[in-house]
Amino acid sequence: MDSVPSTDRGGVGYLPSAAETLMKLVVTGPFGVGKTTLIRTLSEIETLHTEETMTQAGAGLDDTAGLPEKTTTTVAVDFGRLTVQDDLVLYMFGTPGQERFLPLWEDIARGALGALVMVDTRRLGDSFAVMDLVEEQGLPYAVAVNRFPDAPAHPDEVLRKHLDLDPGTPLVQCDARERRGSIDALIALAEHALTRLPASQEPS
Amino acid sequence: MNPGPGRRLIPAYLVTGGRSAPSGPALDRLAVLIRTDTDLPTGTGAEQRRLCELLAPGALTVVECAAHLDLPAGATVFLATDLVASGHLRARPPIPRAGEIDRSLVERLLVGLRSLH
Repeated sequence: MDSVPSTDRGGVGYLPSAAETLMKLVVTGPFGVGKTTLIRTLSEIETLHTEETMTQAGAGLDDTAGLPEKTTTTVAVDFGRLTVQDDLVLYMFGTPGQERFLPLWEDIARGALGALVMVDTRRLGDSFAVMDLVEEQGLPYAVAVNRFPDAPAHPDEVLRKHLDLDPGTPLVQCDARERRGSIDALIALAEHALTRLPASQEPS
Repeated sequence: MNPGPGRRLIPAYLVTGGRSAPSGPALDRLAVLIRTDTDLPTGTGAEQRRLCELLAPGALTVVECAAHLDLPAGATVFLATDLVASGHLRARPPIPRAGEIDRSLVERLLVGLRSLH
């Protein structure tokens, strides 16, 4: 059976020739929290994804009970691209926040500006492990509470308390389907990342 | 043989020819790949050919190539590294001065993000 070409030349968003500097950040959080939605809202190209295969010891993984010691997991990584200035392009990688995806995580997080940790107020507890993982990586992060229409609204300070957030960690409430709020979340992360960078050295 | 784009022809783990390291320093996932005007020799592998064809109209990062070719990023790094070594592709690091993220870069990012409001 002939397959439909996966490469539609009309749909390939080639990089503008002025794009000299490419930065990246990680969008993470539990499954179903809206990572891909946020990336789709912001991306100027159709959201892309790669399938990454990971082989690892299976011990301790509840979903591989009864299988041999090694298991292979395929993880889909969604990503998108946003040109913020003519020569400056930001890539956003949606990465699952589970510990078992750590090797993949390290690869994607290397050189990243920071992480946006997405939270669903109906299952705050699912985000704890994600925040732990990000902290272990030493990445600056901001928390983006995705305001699902049917989720109860809470004031920032209540959410901060329940998430046990450090006072310096930004928290933004947004709707991942809405562009302005999603950009605000990126701004909060970038501002926070800036505070963690050493003061610029005067060029000599 | 029809070298046109489509589903991958061989399993991803065979793309690397069974090697565990590429033929040069590993490329960053965000390295920008640019097709040179050097013709591919006959006998070039199908995956290498697909990558070069994808890049004929313009530049893309390694990870975007991986997505368009339906290959894992790691396998695409292998392919691209070999094609850079053979002169059929050029690769540009994502950040020009090969340095880390510095304040001026993040400040420019912030200016850009605020202008998108």
